[in-house]
Parts: sequence; C-alpha cells; structure tokens
Amino acid sequence: MNHALLAIVIIPAIATIATWWTPVAISKVITICSGIAVFALALALIPSATTHGYLAAGPAFRADALSIVFLVPTTFLYATTSIFAAGYLHLPAGDAGRRYARRFYAGLNIFCWSMAVAPLVNGLALLWVAIEVTTVVSALLVAIDDTDGAIEAAWKYILLASLGLGIALLATIFMYYAGTKVFGSSYDLSYGKLLSGAHGFPKEIVRLADVLAVLGFGTKMGLVPVHTWLPDAHSEAPTPISALLSGALLAMSFYAILRFFQVSVRCLGPTFPRNVLLIFGLASLVLAALYLLSQRDLKRLLAYSSVEHMGILAIGMSFAAPLAIVGVLLHVIAHAAAKGTAFFGAGSVVRKFKTKDMARIRGGVGLLPWSGPMLVLAVLALSAMPPFGIFRSEFLIVAGGLSDPHDVLAAVLVVLVTVAFFGLSWFTTQTMLTPVPEREGLGLERGETSRLIVVAMAVGLVGLVVLGVHVPGQLSDLLHDAATQLEAVR
Amino acid sequence: MPNAAPSTFTGAADVIAVLVLLTEFAMLRAPLLRSQVRLYAFQSLVVTSLAIVVAATRHVDELYVLAALSFILKVVIVPRIVLRLLSRAEVSLAGSSAFGVATMTMIAIAVSIFAFFSIGALHLQSTALPSAALAISVAVVLVAFVLIILRSDVVSQAIGFFSLENGVSVASLVVASGLPLIVDVAFLFDLLVAVVVFGVLMRVHHGRTKTLSTDSLDRLKG
Repeated sequence: MNHALLAIVIIPAIATIATWWTPVAISKVITICSGIAVFALALALIPSATTHGYLAAGPAFRADALSIVFLVPTTFLYATTSIFAAGYLHLPAGDAGRRYARRFYAGLNIFCWSMAVAPLVNGLALLWVAIEVTTVVSALLVAIDDTDGAIEAAWKYILLASLGLGIALLATIFMYYAGTKVFGSSYDLSYGKLLSGAHGFPKEIVRLADVLAVLGFGTKMGLVPVHTWLPDAHSEAPTPISALLSGALLAMSFYAILRFFQVSVRCLGPTFPRNVLLIFGLASLVLAALYLLSQRDLKRLLAYSSVEHMGILAIGMSFAAPLAIVGVLLHVIAHAAAKGTAFFGAGSVVRKFKTKDMARIRGGVGLLPWSGPMLVLAVLALSAMPPFGIFRSEFLIVAGGLSDPHDVLAAVLVVLVTVAFFGLSWFTTQTMLTPVPEREGLGLERGETSRLIVVAMAVGLVGLVVLGVHVPGQLSDLLHDAATQLEAVR
Repeated sequence: MPNAAPSTFTGAADVIAVLVLLTEFAMLRAPLLRSQVRLYAFQSLVVTSLAIVVAATRHVDELYVLAALSFILKVVIVPRIVLRLLSRAEVSLAGSSAFGVATMTMIAIAVSIFAFFSIGALHLQSTALPSAALAISVAVVLVAFVLIILRSDVVSQAIGFFSLENGVSVASLVVASGLPLIVDVAFLFDLLVAVVVFGVLMRVHHGRTKTLSTDSLDRLKG
C-alpha cells in the first residue's frame, strides 16, 4: 500500500467536495493547495517508481514509470492552472457570481481528480471508465460560460468524444476477448496480466483492438481526422480549462493509446502498431501545420498547435528507436508546461483586449509588461526553440527518427514542424511585437490584469527551462524506464 | 462450427442481436422523437434479456445484478429523463434528417453488410462464441453512427449515442461475459453520468435556441 499514491487519489476528491460549499476566496486557496500538494506527491513518487518497478494501492491502483510520466505533467498543470485561475476569473457580483465560482472550482477539482486518477488505475477497463469521467466533467466545464459558442462547442465535444469512447470501449472488449484465449473466460484487464500473456493472444483480434483504440482514444487526443471538436472546445472554454484540456486531457488519451500499444507490440511485434500511429500522426501534423497558417483566433491557434504536437507524439512512437520514445515521453511533459503557459498568456491577452480576434490585438508586449514577453517565450518554446524543453524532446525524436531505416519521415517531420513554427511565430509577432496602436489603444492601460497570472506563467517557463537545460537525473531515469516498458517486445 | 447445429445459447444470442439491430433500424427511420425514445427503451429491454440469457446459460450469477441495473437504468430512467425533456420542449417533435427514409435505410444496410463481412474476415475460431452476434453488434454500432450523422436534432443524436452503447453491451455480453462486475457497473454509472450531461446540454441548447435542431450549431469553423 503506497500512501502517496492513495493521497493523490483522495486529495483532489476532498477539494472537490470542499469547494462546492466554501466561499470563493477559500475555494481559491483550497484549489491551489490541493494542486501544489498533488504535484509534490507526484514528484515524490518518481524515485520509488524507478527503483521498485511499480507501486500499488489496493487492486485498483497501480503506478509504474509510464503512469508517473503522465501523472507529473497533469498535476503540474493542476497546480499552475489553479494559481492562474485565481487571478484570471472575474466574477460578477452577487448570486450569479457565487454560483459560477462554485461550479467552476468544484468542476476544476473533479476534472483534475479524474485526470490524476486515469494514469493510476490498474487495467484497461478502469482506464476507460476514468477517461469517460474526464469527458463528461470537461464537457460541462466547456459549457460553463453559457454563451452560444460555448454550448455549440460543448455539444460537439461531448457527442464526438462519447462516440470515440464508444469505439474505445469496443476496443477494450475485443482486447478482453483476445485475453480469454489465454486466461479463460473470467479475468480482470490489469496491465501486469495482459502484458504477461500478450504473446499468446490471437493476432487478428489484437490488431482490430489496436486500430479501434487508436481511432477511439485518438478522437479525444485530437488526431486528424477525428479532431474536429478540439479547436471549438479549446477556444470556447474558459481559459484555465483550455489549458487543462490541451496540456493534460489530450495527453491522457495518448496514455490510453500507449497502454494498448504496449500489449499490441508484445503480441504483434512493433511494426503494425507503429504504422497505425504513423498514419494518424502524419495526417494530424500536415493538417495542423496548414491550419496554423490561417488562424484568426488566438485560442484556436493554440488549439491547432496542440493537434500538431499530438501528431508529433504519434509519429515519434512510430520510429524504431529507443531515443525517439524517450523523446516522446519528455515531449508529453514539456508540451504540458509550454501549452499551459501559452494559454495562460492568451488568457491575459484576452482579459486585456477583450477579444480573441488576432486582427484586433496589437502591441501586446507593450501593454502587458510581464505576461506579454512570457507569452512570446512560451510560443517560442512551443515552436521548439532552445533552451526550452520541447527543443530537447523534439531533438531526441528527430535524432531517433534519423537512426530509423525510414529516415525520410524524420525529414518530413522537421519540414512540417517548421511550417507550424512559421504560422505560430507570424501571428505572435503580429499581435505581440507590434507597437501599441495610438487610436485603438484608447482605454487600454499598460499593466497586468493580475499578478497571479504572471506567477503561473513564470512557473511554467521555469519548468520548461529546467527540462531544456538539464533534465534532472531521477526524471531522466524515469523516462528511460518508461521507454523500456514501451519497447519491451516480450 | 459451420456444420453443427447452433447451441441454445448461440441461437438465443443471435436472435437477440438481430432484434437489437432491427430496433436500431426502426430508430433510424422513426419520424417522431418520442417513438425513437420508446424504441430505445425496447432495445435496452432486449439487451437486458440477453444479459439474463448469458447469466443462465453460462452460470455467471453476477450478470443477474448487471441485468437488474441495466433494466432500471436503460429501460426506465434514461427514457424517462429524455421524455420529460421532450414534454417540456414546446416545439415540433418530428425529427429532422438530411436524407429520406429509403436512402437512410440503404446506407444503414450497406454499413451492416460491411460490419458483417469485416468481422467474418477475422476468422474467429471458437466453439463457444456466437460470432454472428458479435458481427451484428458491430453493425449496431455502425448504424448508430449513421443515425447520429444523418439526423440533425440533439435528441436523436443523444439517443444514437445511447443505442451505440447498447450495441457495445451486446458485444461485451457475447465475448466478454466474464468481465468483472465492478467494471460493468462502472460502465453503467458512466452512462448515467453521460445521460445527465447530455440532458443538461440539451436543455441549455433548447433554452437558448427554442429548438432541438442542430442547424444553428454552425458558428464555429476553421
């Protein structure tokens, strides 16, 4: 029984219940404390996960290196987003504001709870359940602003994500059926069991389950062509929720895909599961890179950047190189920090200019002395500029790809990432690095809307620099352990 | 086992699966939203009876619990929630669709044939498994997709998702009847939560637009 593991499952649940009852000011504090505590506990799990192989709390919860790799960025975003949200939310006075705050904070906590629990549950069936919970909770949070756009986005999101998860459930059932050939008709879908017997599963059925899982969970991960809900939900949700959707929720579905990948690799050998991911990854990267060139809406721009990065993750997994897999796992963490920070910056800009339309945002750096430059840095980090973490992770992925026999794919990856870089940097320079407009600037004073936004962004950037300059030793061990888990053929 | 006569279980499972698929077709062509919801309740009842058949023939007692829960939830509660929503909505209750009934049915038949042959291509060699029922359940899922894509009102789309879950339930009952009960219950609980969220969003949508149509949901693009 690992107590830290148990605490990660319990603390956000308590925070959810508490924030439903407490006044706004206390809810803010509770959420921030819960976020920071859970992040600290996740960090504390890193050394023991690498030395013991895996940690357990009862039959339902189990954390190995791969789980912790996904738990760390999720809890990091929980902590930073709760700080950001405390500064970002402007509540109307009176009852309406109180109702909104109660829904928002309880929703934020339960959303983070579901995302922290998903990588800790033991087995494909419970994982599906956890991811379904993240969907229904986040759909309500997308709709929380109650505007026409928010309702439309929430409806598209819950319908498409539910359908995707319906397919993912079918995949889970097929995987269960494959297992009955080895374990008999009644067993649980726990990871240890599945992996131990995977080489004896019938190949046709595992193949079907793998494709269905990538398609089904890929819908929530934002892989093209099943990504269509993503830009809408990301742009219409309140910005703290956008940051969580983009940085943590998408990665969580990728985690589910990796769990299927693990079993499939052991049963089918690496070629088939890699090719499935490659097809979806390439489609995502191509389409996202092109859409990035034609965006008008700041938050949609960042949303398409998420599609791009999910494509990079899928392509990275398709390279036959351990280095690339380490890169992919580092990319998950770095992308969470970078995308979170970028959305925080976008939130600051939207608060200042009262619009998401990039044609009407000018002189961002001039008007926002701290969050403006930090948004520019976050976008540079997203475009894989050194010294930030994504530079290192994409470097590892490309280096791994070049050692793969199909090294032309690595070249394609670099070209498409460059196109995406062009799109991102063009719009950022247009909006942020232009002089403050004389006439339109009327009424816009120079200054930050909230200090907490600046703090949240600064924390994100520090994380990115740490990942880029020197990955701490224990984290590096963790990444290598998780990569070994993913490549193990037998 | 192409030459042997099917066992009682296989026969029963196949018949029930066919009933589920036929109900799905009926939902696809049902013009009134109300009748669509009733068809969903009937379909859920059929799926519940499959759970009882599996529990009896395979001696999986846990499945009786699942059958009871599934009856309460999918035959009683979910249809009631949706019907209450419909009775509050003072708009035309006829569903809307992009194509005529004949075209929709043809498309649905085509995807069913696709499902049947693609599962057949897996060559599932099993004496205990009704592979026809598995293929039919996949067909139910695909026809549910057709329903969701071609009908353009929020109720049909939500019902389409719920019936898709019925199709997955059939698949799970025929090939994964040994799945731990706790997991099955978690699936059902998730469905209930999804229903509530769908319900909330449908109500908000209706409150804003005074219609159940999804035609107005076309602002977000690009």
